[in-house]
Amino acid sequence: MTTRLAEGGRLINRGRALEFTFNGKTMTGYDGDTLASALLANGQYLMGRSFKYHRPRSVVASGPEEPNALMNLGSGARFEPNQRATTTELFEGLQAQSQNHWPSLEMDVGVVNNYAARFLPAGFYYKTFIHPRSAWKHLFEPFIRKSAGLGKAPKDRDADIYEHFYAHVDVLVIGGGIAGLTAARAAAAGGGEVMLIEQSAHWGGRAPVDADEIDGVSADLWVKNSIEALEEEENVRLRTRCMGAGVYDHGYVLAYERLTEHAPQDGLPRHRLWRIRAKQVVVATGAIERPLSFAGNDVPGVMLAGAVRDYAVNWGVSLGQRTVVVTNNDDAYRTAIALTEAGLEVPAVLDARIAPEGMLIAKARALGIRVETGRGVAKVLGRARVTGVAVCEQASDGTVVEEIQCDAVAMSGGWSPVVHLWSHCGGKLIWDEAGACFRPDPEKAPTGASGEAFVTAVGAANGALGTAEVLADAHRIAPDGVKAPVAAPEEAAPVSPVWMMPRGAGHKLRSKMWLDYQNDVKVSDVQLAAREGFESVEHTKRYTTLGMATDQGKLSNINGLAVLSDALGAAIPQVGTTTFRPPYTPISFGSIAGAARAETFQPLRRTPLHGWHEANGAHWEPVGQWRRPYCYLQKGESVEAAVEREVKNTREAVGLLDASTLGTILAKGPDAGRFLDMLYTNMMSTLQPGRCRYGLMCNENGFLMDDGVVARIDEDTFLCHTTTGGAEHIHAHMEEWLQTEWWDWMVYTANLTEQYAQIGVVGPKAREVLELVGGMDVSKEAMPFMTWADGELGGINVRVYRISFSGELSYEIAVKANHGRALWDLIAEAGREFGAMPYGTEALHVLRAEKGFIMIGDETDGTVIPQDLGLDWAISKKKEDYLGKRAQARAHMTDPERWKLVGLKTLDGSVLPDGSYAIAEGQNANGQRNVQGRVTSTYHSPTLGHGIAMGLVRHGPDRMGEVLQFNRTDGGTVEARIVSPVFYDPEGEKQNV
Amino acid sequence: MSEPVSALAGARFDGFAKVEALPPRGMVTVRGDFESAALQAAVRSAVGIDVPETGRVLFGVGTAIAWLSPDELMVFCAYDAVPEIVVGLQNALADTHALVVDVSDARALFRVSGLDVREVLAKLTPADVSPNALGPGVLRRTRLAQVPAGIWMTGESAFEVMCFRSVAQYVFDILKGAAIPGSEVGYF
Repeated sequence: MTTRLAEGGRLINRGRALEFTFNGKTMTGYDGDTLASALLANGQYLMGRSFKYHRPRSVVASGPEEPNALMNLGSGARFEPNQRATTTELFEGLQAQSQNHWPSLEMDVGVVNNYAARFLPAGFYYKTFIHPRSAWKHLFEPFIRKSAGLGKAPKDRDADIYEHFYAHVDVLVIGGGIAGLTAARAAAAGGGEVMLIEQSAHWGGRAPVDADEIDGVSADLWVKNSIEALEEEENVRLRTRCMGAGVYDHGYVLAYERLTEHAPQDGLPRHRLWRIRAKQVVVATGAIERPLSFAGNDVPGVMLAGAVRDYAVNWGVSLGQRTVVVTNNDDAYRTAIALTEAGLEVPAVLDARIAPEGMLIAKARALGIRVETGRGVAKVLGRARVTGVAVCEQASDGTVVEEIQCDAVAMSGGWSPVVHLWSHCGGKLIWDEAGACFRPDPEKAPTGASGEAFVTAVGAANGALGTAEVLADAHRIAPDGVKAPVAAPEEAAPVSPVWMMPRGAGHKLRSKMWLDYQNDVKVSDVQLAAREGFESVEHTKRYTTLGMATDQGKLSNINGLAVLSDALGAAIPQVGTTTFRPPYTPISFGSIAGAARAETFQPLRRTPLHGWHEANGAHWEPVGQWRRPYCYLQKGESVEAAVEREVKNTREAVGLLDASTLGTILAKGPDAGRFLDMLYTNMMSTLQPGRCRYGLMCNENGFLMDDGVVARIDEDTFLCHTTTGGAEHIHAHMEEWLQTEWWDWMVYTANLTEQYAQIGVVGPKAREVLELVGGMDVSKEAMPFMTWADGELGGINVRVYRISFSGELSYEIAVKANHGRALWDLIAEAGREFGAMPYGTEALHVLRAEKGFIMIGDETDGTVIPQDLGLDWAISKKKEDYLGKRAQARAHMTDPERWKLVGLKTLDGSVLPDGSYAIAEGQNANGQRNVQGRVTSTYHSPTLGHGIAMGLVRHGPDRMGEVLQFNRTDGGTVEARIVSPVFYDPEGEKQNV
Repeated sequence: MSEPVSALAGARFDGFAKVEALPPRGMVTVRGDFESAALQAAVRSAVGIDVPETGRVLFGVGTAIAWLSPDELMVFCAYDAVPEIVVGLQNALADTHALVVDVSDARALFRVSGLDVREVLAKLTPADVSPNALGPGVLRRTRLAQVPAGIWMTGESAFEVMCFRSVAQYVFDILKGAAIPGSEVGYF
């Protein structure tokens, strides 16, 4: 029975009880408890079911390495799966649910897998569910997904907020144990900016539990003094609950701070993701204890020896009344001693080594603890809870020499340095024979841009064990003159590598030795993988799932690869490790997103007229990061009806368009004309000041990339209009050519897109509206088609362009953004008596399609050249060169077989499906129907009362009048006749009035 | 002429730092060769300040000039003073290859102030905003969350932030989010 001890618990405040629920049952813990310690204190040792076999599992560790005690926490908008009970700090009202069982934790149907375990070996799924192929997707995978899996996925939007924080430091020390504290003091003495972070809520790491005196005082007090000293330093910053998650190139480190997770409240950030640039990173991340592989090492009641004493010393919780300690190293004796001193029974220490001698062993013996050397656990007795252990000689096949009644087993297979952060950015490891562990290779540290090491590992993370050794190792980075912390050296017997207990265990025992608790991988599975030819540790990992999932093999990796190397007959360093990848432990998606959620998920760009649209029924369409009105809905109106109304009103009366999103780029200088002649396919340098010209822009491969109207302002100055999507990248395109190729041309550019609101006044009554607003002459004589003029409208300075993208009489009025709304209001007011109505992007599309005007992104897709679109008139024959000219002369570009632009009119008047293909006879090499063209734009024309479309068709312009079959998504076809793409006003009389 | 209306006129948030949208201000882009005597003289006579060093901003009486790139300056002045300054610069640079253009309406300005104001910025920009790196006289072009921005100090614990006009609401919202009372970091 696990229980709270009458005394002890250095981290809990017995004066403050907290209520929480586990699987709906109310329990009580103390302030300072973790969820794991509180559950154990309530006698709740069963904490989950295993992944594959649904075996009952309890907590096995006391820190972030915990593989078993994963919980669904919270509910509703604060629900979060797969949270480790060992790192979850208890708070009032915490709700926890165990995972991976049905219908309940105690009674789990899935446990049937356990009895079928010999039919579910490694690779079972790969081998079994291969045939028939289609069954994987539709039958096997859905079923396996249902039966496997850990926590549930959250269903609600996260109630909490998250944030980032960027920090720039000289030295970042990761880990707040005695090594990290020593390193931070050393770094601080160097004078740079130092930051020290610790993943837990407490400083000192394992030392307060494990260490004796440092500098003549208790480890607890030494830690407290060290923190006080660091707090005094101006150049040192300290953060607890802040985990080093990943180390990346250029000294970039991600750290994950838990702010209110232990005390949830509305409106404050829950996690903060630190994005740190550090010149030097000191990894002081300690070490993780390894389990021993003996049969039944996953039965609830078996725990890592270090964790057993953590629960006793830190939280005053006992795992059992009688605890057998089994070990291959001296450290586990601390557990035997701590339990004995806490008044609990330790019937025996089973030490796999032959005749170890050391201070701790002597002390245990002196306390009267029975120490059996050369022995180990043959198997654990009990199924849902330890009832005893069967003892055997380590050098045997598992023949039982004795059974010891007990209700807990504390195991230690030695300690593995936490080398994750060292390894993330390329730090290499060496196999430490004496310590039986991988530790950082100081010769092969992660290096920065200059080739110098930027990560240093210190303390237990560097393979140093024992207080004195840890302190000395961390102090080595100190500049001269800093006092070294001192602790008494320890005499200890060397660890003996024990990868299987007992050494000669048969298959039956091996198939109950768990390597990876989280993924239910056993010694027998890894051995099977080796027999089946999986020699690489990476392949074995994927085949067996060893070291996968949320804990990423923190307990299992070394044991697993030791078993693999034994099975392969290769040395451990030859087999190597799998790759350590960030994050060290899982971090929340919320913290990664930071401010990028809800309203600020993405920047939403608003024109100066956005507010008017919003107040006047805008039905929005995202256009890049802009929002543009697709149409304006009147009361009770459908989207289709609104578009129809807007098109007709613009053709018959007058429409208003917010064209502010279109790009406006100024190009100025003596070489501006020459520059634009190179950028556009047609001639711009001959344009007269005061005039406008439509132009096409191609990339160097000849493909059409943008179009728009260029206005010549004066001799040296041009204003280039781009598409909405082109504003930024066309400006960048111009700058790239000016800065890299034509650096000696005298041209400056400026992107003025956001300087102006641009208002389109379009339709037969456009002139009358502007004349009513008044202030400048907009008559046909003063402002012919394709001219511009500066002036005033309603007392506001404007620049008016007489250009048309609709085929109607049309003015585009540029006004400074700060006056944009005022001008729009004046025009809308003046337009009322002429029936002026705003129109959105869909009406704009329909209007231009009726006129056969192309749209970048519809008629073009990056593979289309102007010649495909019948735009030869806009390609200068006189110019020596322009971007794309040579590419357009390539054989493929001049191929008469290229599909060319035509208009398409269905015989039945229906609207062709968007993207539809014109089918041709026969099939291609892939057995697909041959095609001879495709639809690029298709709309219902309110003006003409039938469907209109443009498309690219092989020999299209030569096949006027021909009828083609276009496919439909329902498998049928629809007939359409090839016609001119200009459906409306082919003579252009309407726009030139 | 109507009253100029900036993107978020009057918006403000009082968090652990104060965030205020600023009224319209004159901004003029000047592109040219900083080494040329003509440009230096033109700037000095029209604005009354010298061309700043790389990454710096210089303040005059009601004016300021910021370095934006190796060939681009931003002149700040009163909104009403723009025509005069533009004409002054254009005339002085008539015989020099240079570009002078009014961009006052293309951007939005914010003032962020308070004791922990640097923390608001450090939640949003990867640039080093510590007093050593971003002191008085530095104008840092960077990004705030997902959009480009410029930031510079205007007082003991006050910064101005410049972004494109279309994302003014976004920038106001992220500054607000970064200044939520109780989310102080205690870093600087």
